Amino acid sequence: MDGVTVRRVMGIETEYGVLQPGRPLANPMLLSSHVVAVHAAAREAGRSRARWDYDDEDPLHDARGFHLQRAAAHPSMLTDSPTVPAPSGDGPQAMPRSEGEEYEDPGAANVILTNGARLYVDHAHPEYSSPEVTTPLDAVRWDRAGELVMLESVRRLAASPALPDVTLYKNNVDGKGATYGTHENYLVERSVPFADLVAGLTTFLVTRQVFTGAGRVGLGQRGEHPGFQLSQRADYIEAEVGLETTLRRPIVNTRDEPHADPARWRRLHVIIGDATMLEPATYLRLGTTSLVLWLLEQATAGGAARRAAQRVERLALRDPVQAVHRVSHDLGLGERLELVDGRRLTALELQAEYLDAVREALDAQGAEPDDATRDVVARWGSLLERLGTEPASCAREVEWLAKLRLLDGMRRRDGLAWDHPRLAAVDLQWSDVRPERGLYHRLAAAGAVELLVTPQDVADAVQHPPQDTRAYFRGEAVARYGSEISAASWDSVVFDVPGTQTLQRVPMRDPLRGTRAHVGELLDRSPDARSLLAALGG
Amino acid sequence: MAGQDQVRHGHEDEPVDEPAPPAPSAAGAQARDAEVDALLEEIDDVLEQNAEQFVRGFVQKGGQ
Repeated sequence: MDGVTVRRVMGIETEYGVLQPGRPLANPMLLSSHVVAVHAAAREAGRSRARWDYDDEDPLHDARGFHLQRAAAHPSMLTDSPTVPAPSGDGPQAMPRSEGEEYEDPGAANVILTNGARLYVDHAHPEYSSPEVTTPLDAVRWDRAGELVMLESVRRLAASPALPDVTLYKNNVDGKGATYGTHENYLVERSVPFADLVAGLTTFLVTRQVFTGAGRVGLGQRGEHPGFQLSQRADYIEAEVGLETTLRRPIVNTRDEPHADPARWRRLHVIIGDATMLEPATYLRLGTTSLVLWLLEQATAGGAARRAAQRVERLALRDPVQAVHRVSHDLGLGERLELVDGRRLTALELQAEYLDAVREALDAQGAEPDDATRDVVARWGSLLERLGTEPASCAREVEWLAKLRLLDGMRRRDGLAWDHPRLAAVDLQWSDVRPERGLYHRLAAAGAVELLVTPQDVADAVQHPPQDTRAYFRGEAVARYGSEISAASWDSVVFDVPGTQTLQRVPMRDPLRGTRAHVGELLDRSPDARSLLAALGG
Repeated sequence: MAGQDQVRHGHEDEPVDEPAPPAPSAAGAQARDAEVDALLEEIDDVLEQNAEQFVRGFVQKGGQ
């Protein structure tokens, strides 16, 4: 990942809204586990299911450098199982095999997919955690793949008379006060001091919603005031920096589980974003954020980029939390936000400052940026310009504008006020994953939104992992040796080879190893897990 | 358009009389309105029939 580039290891974790039509009181955890279990049953017909390997999970580790006491943690933050000493070394490691059948908690339903993603139940929602990718376009591919994975579960449940019908929504609010997350994760050089990351990133995250927001009918956490706003998540942001994700949600989240060498990497966990159906919105959300992180990394490394980064550090807002809400509620994009240094700039002007700083740093590098980087920079600039002059022209790329266009049309045609339930229904049904019901999908079918990937691309991404991260090894191992895998996680695969004394755990501490280039040939000449492990030195 | 809540039931296609010659942006806006109307017809068929019940029943538990 050296040089001038938007490339970095990243991914998107999406909790889907879950509903049993006509049964508002249905147990959402049970529905969610059906979503996961029906998928697992279909794919793995009969053979044992790989567990999630929690060995390296550490959700209580805080990027600010301290460790939250388990006793002080809100129970929802405990996503790992009791601590086991972390493994070291690179080859397969022997692990004791547990006696008898492991108890399967239905709430712990969990599948590792052949595309390297994880499908599981998080709290009361089915969650798709995408495999690690390295470009914003791949982020779009494997995020869209998640929609198809969810759709497949909806179809299988609908086809099965014994199981409840379920509908799934790729959104973040229910309009009654509940929110559920779409988290981005980015691997960032550990050398960037966390305080610099917060200083450089906060104003960017506050203002990027002008092109990343999915749009929402209703103002306030419970939608208590009629109206429309840019973002689904904005009204639930209540703190500047913090570890929590389920209460007092912060602009910059400090959860720091790198799932990689912690001396080299931190894994920045961004929880402020919306789930987006529009491909250009997802693409630019990941692409621009990755570029700002690159800028901050370059500044830490010293050299010419430092001056560019200092520009963005001067963009500190006087009240960032209030600014999140104000930007989201400002459909005219003209609201001025007060900076610590006394200036008053709009969200678009602040974004333009970030874009200029990135451009300045790119120029300072001298080397030509790669195509992926150039494309993100060009689209970012074009959108900021058109959002300032003719926002209606952005409705094919910016989700809140695409949604607002439909809602305003309905308001004009049918004379509806913002508190009319049909408008709220449009907002919810927008993200229904069924193409025949989801309103986004109707717009896409009518050619009213821009598409970046083909249906074939997405279908391939459902089956196959990205080739340039360790997700390749994880996904291919599940596809090829699934019956001999007892568990897997972001940074390990645990094999259970019949006739051997112990389990064999293959650690994958480096997200950029286990790629097709590294292990493709090895996998091709290993007909079973035993030969693979022998080749790996186990 | 936005911000006005005049009740106009049904969907009529009669051209709007303009008192003054439309500025280029107004013509663009009209073209966009026509495009949106076509999209609305597209979604009228799939939108939940009982919007109020659907919205009321959409209750989720908080997540991350």
